[in-house]
Amino acid sequence: MEFYIEGIARRFGDDINTDYIISGKYKFKTLDMNELAKHIMEDVRANFYDELTGRDVMVAGKNFGCGSSREQAPLALKFAGIKGVVAKSFARIFYRNAINIGLPLIECDTDGIEEGDELRIDLKNGEVKDMTRPMIIKISPLPEAMFGILSEGGLVNYLKNHKWFEV
Amino acid sequence: MDKTIAEKIFTNHVGKEIFAREIAVSSVNFVMAQDGTAPLAIKSFEEMRPSKRVFDPRKIALVIDHNSPSPSEAVSALHKMMRDFASEQGLEIFDVGEGICHQLIPEKGHVRSGDLIVGADSHTCTYGALNALATGVGSTDLAAAMMTGKLWFKVPETIRINISRKFNNMVFAKDLVLFLIGKLGADGATYMSLEFGGDLSALSMDGRFTVANMAIEAGAKFGVFEGDGVTARWFGMGSFDKDAFIFPDEGANYYDRISIDLSEIEPLVAVPHRVDSVSRISDIGKVKVNQVFIGTCTNGRLEDLGVAASILKGKKVARGVRLIVGPASRKILLDALKAGYISDLLEAGASIITPGCGPCVGTHAGIPSDGDVVVSTANRNFKGRMGNSKAMIYLSSPATAAASAISGYIKDPREMSL
Repeated sequence: MEFYIEGIARRFGDDINTDYIISGKYKFKTLDMNELAKHIMEDVRANFYDELTGRDVMVAGKNFGCGSSREQAPLALKFAGIKGVVAKSFARIFYRNAINIGLPLIECDTDGIEEGDELRIDLKNGEVKDMTRPMIIKISPLPEAMFGILSEGGLVNYLKNHKWFEV
Repeated sequence: MDKTIAEKIFTNHVGKEIFAREIAVSSVNFVMAQDGTAPLAIKSFEEMRPSKRVFDPRKIALVIDHNSPSPSEAVSALHKMMRDFASEQGLEIFDVGEGICHQLIPEKGHVRSGDLIVGADSHTCTYGALNALATGVGSTDLAAAMMTGKLWFKVPETIRINISRKFNNMVFAKDLVLFLIGKLGADGATYMSLEFGGDLSALSMDGRFTVANMAIEAGAKFGVFEGDGVTARWFGMGSFDKDAFIFPDEGANYYDRISIDLSEIEPLVAVPHRVDSVSRISDIGKVKVNQVFIGTCTNGRLEDLGVAASILKGKKVARGVRLIVGPASRKILLDALKAGYISDLLEAGASIITPGCGPCVGTHAGIPSDGDVVVSTANRNFKGRMGNSKAMIYLSSPATAAASAISGYIKDPREMSL
């Protein structure tokens, strides 16, 4: 798990639900995340996967990841090469799922960030640098329990290493 | 210190006083996964500890409901993976035709008052109708719960909802919960518990399942009801005993309090593409309908089918409208058959599908075409939800859905002559 992320902002709005991230019509069919990754966000931004460069960061407004509990949502983002998600707030099941599978989530004010901005995110020191504007945004830190799981690369690794929950 | 229902149930599980915003590792009473989430949970489980046994096979159930019966070879492979895992581990599996997880888990007696339950489906909050805490988790959390019987939780803050008075004619629990979500917004209760109390006598248990089911649509972690005579009867208890249920303390600390007078609620719809875009039917104008779907974990119960049948009995579905009815379980289908509801619905022109989720999640059995307007009794109307991003989904009560099927336009059920 890397604590320093660089990438290009891919801008979305408020209340991006998990059906938008990966539609039910795909997610029920397969556990092949590389296949699911090709369909991320397609109902709200056609051909989004084709736009990706391999160094992309999702940026959104409030309540990112609301709706269904499908863990395929954060997994498909991760497999599409998304480095992390920066949003004003996250829905709770998505939040847990993303941490559990090792996809970094950054909660902060995203109003000033625009499509295509170059971002440098420092999770340890708690800031997002927007190199394009330029500006620095402070991050709300992750709770300690989640930081522990994320820093070991997710809950599977955490439970392999610890055999039990230690909070 | 005084506690909310959520704080009390967590305190009982953790074995020490615990309050909102604190994080704790807690035991869980039951664990559930469905065919959209179980395969990934099984994969995570195998990765965590290969060939390990689950913590307690009696406390875990798998349900095949999201694609049931299987529409494709790929899905059949995932179903087989679930059957194999259930057989290896000695788990209960509800297979094709038994029904929707959120109907089956309570129906089969796996929910008790005061329980803490996790399910790999966001609408697991449904079981809160029975004075329990139940919440949706993802597949990896579910795998951890299957392995350890525990999970870490943040104890949520609570919004208290005080209910009073009765519904007017043709107004139902679905209208209440749409009203509440419209008021709170899609993230108005994120990471919180919605605690329902006051005079709950106008809400049947089927109605409470509808309300608790949709707590997640305001972002809530739990939707939990106090217990009363209705709850006691549902559990088959002789009489209502306050000590059998969890109530909040008088001085419990709430994030917010909302009072709802049921007599002030009208028939409502959620308009495309947001559950919190709630509107009175009179405010949406004349909207022509192509498909009506009555069913799901929100509104596929016996009372719902009964209301729909009473409106459709002796009438015909409008030309150009497809009416699809999905009972929430085999037991409900059988009970509806015995009550005569199924023949009323069929004679009116309905198609009855296998108990399951199908059309609601866009997997099969009723995918709309481009530009179709659908009236659905489900819980989500997100763009693409039913399998076509060019369809428009309106959410309503079974009464509004039935009235709309007859009229061919979205129709206030109070305007139907019975």
